[in-house]
Amino acid sequence: MDQATAFVIEPRHAARQRLGERIFKGATLVAAVLVLVLLGGVTIALIKGAWPALSHFRLEFLTRQVWNPVTEKFGALAPIYGTLVTSIIAMAVAIPLSFGISIFLTELCPAWLKRPVGVAVELLAAVPSIIFGIWGMFVFAPILQRHVQPWLIDHLGPLPGVGLLFQGPPFGIGILTASLVLAIMVLPFIASVMRDVFETIPDVLRESAYGLGATTWEVIWKVVLPYSRTGVVGGIMLGLGRALGETMAVTFVIGNAHRVSTSLLAPGTTISASIANEFTEAVGDLYTSSLIALGVLLFLITFAVIGAARLMLRRLDRKALAAV
Amino acid sequence: MKRSLTRKITNILALTLSVAATGVGLLFLGAILWTLLKNGLSGMSLHLFTQMTPPPGAAGGLLNAIFGSAVMTLIGIAVGAPLGVLAGTYLAEYGGDSKLSAVIRFVNDVLLSAPSIIVGLFVYQIVVVPMGHFSAIAGALALAVIAIPVTVRTTEDMLRLVPQGMKDASTALGAYPWRTTLSVIYPAARSGILTGLLLAIARVSGETAPLLFTALNNQFWSRDLNAPIANLPVVIYQFAQSPYPEWQQLAWSGALLITLTILALSIFARIVVSALQPARRS
Repeated sequence: MDQATAFVIEPRHAARQRLGERIFKGATLVAAVLVLVLLGGVTIALIKGAWPALSHFRLEFLTRQVWNPVTEKFGALAPIYGTLVTSIIAMAVAIPLSFGISIFLTELCPAWLKRPVGVAVELLAAVPSIIFGIWGMFVFAPILQRHVQPWLIDHLGPLPGVGLLFQGPPFGIGILTASLVLAIMVLPFIASVMRDVFETIPDVLRESAYGLGATTWEVIWKVVLPYSRTGVVGGIMLGLGRALGETMAVTFVIGNAHRVSTSLLAPGTTISASIANEFTEAVGDLYTSSLIALGVLLFLITFAVIGAARLMLRRLDRKALAAV
Repeated sequence: MKRSLTRKITNILALTLSVAATGVGLLFLGAILWTLLKNGLSGMSLHLFTQMTPPPGAAGGLLNAIFGSAVMTLIGIAVGAPLGVLAGTYLAEYGGDSKLSAVIRFVNDVLLSAPSIIVGLFVYQIVVVPMGHFSAIAGALALAVIAIPVTVRTTEDMLRLVPQGMKDASTALGAYPWRTTLSVIYPAARSGILTGLLLAIARVSGETAPLLFTALNNQFWSRDLNAPIANLPVVIYQFAQSPYPEWQQLAWSGALLITLTILALSIFARIVVSALQPARRS
């Protein structure tokens, strides 16, 4: 009988429990809504900071190449161009490589090797971007300058059309170098998303294709890839979002020149590199405001890309994406 | 016959390329780690941890930068992690499949991969501009903003791993959801949440871009949270681009230090996770 009475809930106790419930639930809700407030706050703060420049230059800000702190004329064309070109080249290099790595990990790799290689790829993703930057500047750029760029200039430079991309002296740093460092950086991100996507495919699909006599490559190309198309594109877009917004890896090796040049070997700049390089040295409200306006552009571009990527990856098992 | 030969050749070619791609990826990881070790180790000495960052052309250490990074990371995590854990709890335990949770989840995922330099500009606008100067507290807040989405995500995922039966048992005993969360779910997901914190620390400690115009840098020892403070990433950024060999050497040592810390944290987090998994299955 004693035991039974012990389970009777006292009214006072129940009231305390209800109060605790209300407080705890309220606290979690406030924290959760804070995530939305953060995004809203970022939007408002950036637009407010960028307003002087945007209202002063209007649409010309997007179309002008001039970036002159002395005459206070600022146009975002060169950084926008640099951001897009470096990201596109980086993706062109990184997509095939990540695809190769992910099919190696899911379809070819012997079981004992799977974990070490997978962990190595994930560790590459954990290396902070500033490390890629200084490695790019001290190690990678000199190698390109001595061995790769002279060859490009000699052999591809004279060609009509394509040759325009490989003009000028081999600086080492420049658009091409920045693109390649970016490619190395986004490689592990894309590869691990693709691997996770491929692993969600039911074995029975693969086995039926093998049963019909397909080769491993045919299974990958005709079964695995079509089945996981959305996830693969989502992973690529996520990598693109990274590449567009990456700052430190690019800043060291791009040369920070506000100019649009057809040659990939020439120095250039990106939105994030301009901000990182110039922000603390910017004097005058219009200069600072123009840099923040660059930030607004970056914000718009990357959020569109990342948003689309997340929508495509929504159906994927969420746990795998935590580190990305 | 001919057709099957083409198929075989295509197959071998494609698979060889895939192995080669993996080789290239691992080669770069190896190259970066090797450069770091080669250039960083030669500068590893006790001075690194006992002396301040030097003026150009002199020898010195990274004590003030290490201290500044540690302080800002600590404050950043102390501010960001509780908020992230609470928000993650809401998504896992209260929000369910409601529209609000779906929106929060989406926005959080977007913030998770947002460029960190945007966070720097944001904190510059809301903290540095009103205060009128760069400060350690602004840097710490920027790191907190970066830590929040990471903790939200890992917390929600880890809480969802707790078996429904445990929650039901607690509810059946008459516990309110908050009691269940605090006394049953959190203890059950403890190592998972800890892993999330480790990953957040790893993510935050290498961030450079958001600190450039929030914490700035400081050549001297400073414990004042209201003043610019030295920190490893920005010191590496500035010293690496300088023409002075002593500074470049310090940049490499700092880079090695950061990378080893982050890799150690990630590996440790991985061990915690894999220690969890078999226990779950049984």
